[in-house]
Amino acid sequence: MKKIINMPENVVDEMLKGVVAAHPAHIRRLEGTNVLVRASAPNPKVALISGGGSGHEPTHGGYVGKGMLDGAVAGAVFTSPTPDQVFEAIKAVDGGKGVLLVIKNYTGDILNFEMAAEMAEAEGIKVDSVVVNDDVAVENSTWTSGRRGIAGTIFIHKIAGAKAEAGAGLSAVKQTAEKVIANVRSMGMALSPCIVPAAGKSSFILEENEVEIGMGIHGEPGTHREEIRPADEIADHLLGKILEDMPLAAGNEVAVMINGLGGTPLMELYIVNRRVAEVLESKGVKVIRTYVGNYMTSLEMAGFSITLLKLDGELKELLLAPADTPALVQI
Amino acid sequence: MGSGIYAAIHAISEAINENKDMLTDLDAAIGDADHGINMSRGFNAVMAKLEETKEEDISTVLKKTGMTLISTVGGAAGPLYGTAFLRAAGIAQGTSLITREKAVEMLSAAVQGIKDRGKAVKGEKTMLDALEPALEAFFKGINEDKSLLDCLETACLAAEQGVEYTKTIKATKGRASYLGDRSIGHQDPGATSSLIMLRTLTAYYRTSTLEA
Repeated sequence: MKKIINMPENVVDEMLKGVVAAHPAHIRRLEGTNVLVRASAPNPKVALISGGGSGHEPTHGGYVGKGMLDGAVAGAVFTSPTPDQVFEAIKAVDGGKGVLLVIKNYTGDILNFEMAAEMAEAEGIKVDSVVVNDDVAVENSTWTSGRRGIAGTIFIHKIAGAKAEAGAGLSAVKQTAEKVIANVRSMGMALSPCIVPAAGKSSFILEENEVEIGMGIHGEPGTHREEIRPADEIADHLLGKILEDMPLAAGNEVAVMINGLGGTPLMELYIVNRRVAEVLESKGVKVIRTYVGNYMTSLEMAGFSITLLKLDGELKELLLAPADTPALVQI
Repeated sequence: MGSGIYAAIHAISEAINENKDMLTDLDAAIGDADHGINMSRGFNAVMAKLEETKEEDISTVLKKTGMTLISTVGGAAGPLYGTAFLRAAGIAQGTSLITREKAVEMLSAAVQGIKDRGKAVKGEKTMLDALEPALEAFFKGINEDKSLLDCLETACLAAEQGVEYTKTIKATKGRASYLGDRSIGHQDPGATSSLIMLRTLTAYYRTSTLEA
């Protein structure tokens, strides 16, 4: 293992200290926790909290700030944060209008956030939650835990965050978040695995010419492996899976995210985006806004995911609303 | 210092640490490669907590164990095992000697806690595939009027078979479910950690009694 770290057990703590040192105007850390909240928290509005394992930077703490999240809870690397930490976050950001938890669809995340919600409700804080499940690589049936939540989560942060910032109530913010979830789809692929610092070795191995299609953002294996192909073919495959699940018609408007997993050059992400833009244009689909970069990473994993969000009037307006966070600034 | 519940939890903590890498490797095959790391972190925190007070009341120790696992393990295992210990603590309230009947009542409550929290049933490649057969074997043992130790031994055997059984089935709960058929052939890490705990408790009981 070759990493720029000190002790593996200190990576989350030291990372959070570095984030706070870089963005003191945006965020502060709740003492004795791994929770980042807005410097101004609590605010008199519905509060949004997201969180999950660390290793996905800038998710989740990078999206704390005006127009997006009020708090982010960091677990150990790839491990859901514990209920007490989420509970501390809820207490710190609640401004009396209620709190919406944005949970990605993983058993651990759901169990821990649910327990935290129960604790908060017992203290009289209004809490509700939404579960993000945008990964079309995973079959959605009653026989699995359902689709995973991956990069599409950023759009829930952005749009539900803008809705809350505009003064909407908890049920309206939740409704908008659920509309985003219903209209967002993602799929990814990996060229190389990643190494969890505490484990010290890769959770899986890919041969020199091999890629993994549909892998998750925790190094968990994907749906299948194949030989590396040209960028356009890979992009077509992932986009095809997304469009199979969420057909788009000429005249539809979308937001696009080409998300790097941590170890992918921007050059390659832009090459993919070129293809995605071409395909969408040929279908008469209008791209309202494109995001290319590292938004939801998986440590040093090389690879990317494509996310499409189908927009209506409300979602479009909220997507384009201003945001001022360490990882996403929109004017 | 007594030799009761504190020592039993201590033995479980040691066993989890001894098997840390094995549990993580099992998880790497079908999950996200952290089960051993998380369980080890959790039980180390449990021991640090218990050592502060050297508490020996059975219910209090189990409650502290559950609360600490919930606040330190993370993942799915934290809330699931934490809930299990809390439920067992509830049953153990006011108990200073664990009888055969009390033991099965505690195990039932713990298993029910895992089912309630995880919304899973047997056959989904989870810890329940070790724990449910163990519980059934325990009940059978009582019906046959076996001793507490014999009940525990048969429960262990059933849990071992349950762990073997997880190799043959497809995961439908937890992160491994995303693999579909690719999860077949792999042993479930959660069922394995359940077996380790049960086995350690049994080994401990062979040489002591679970009393405060």
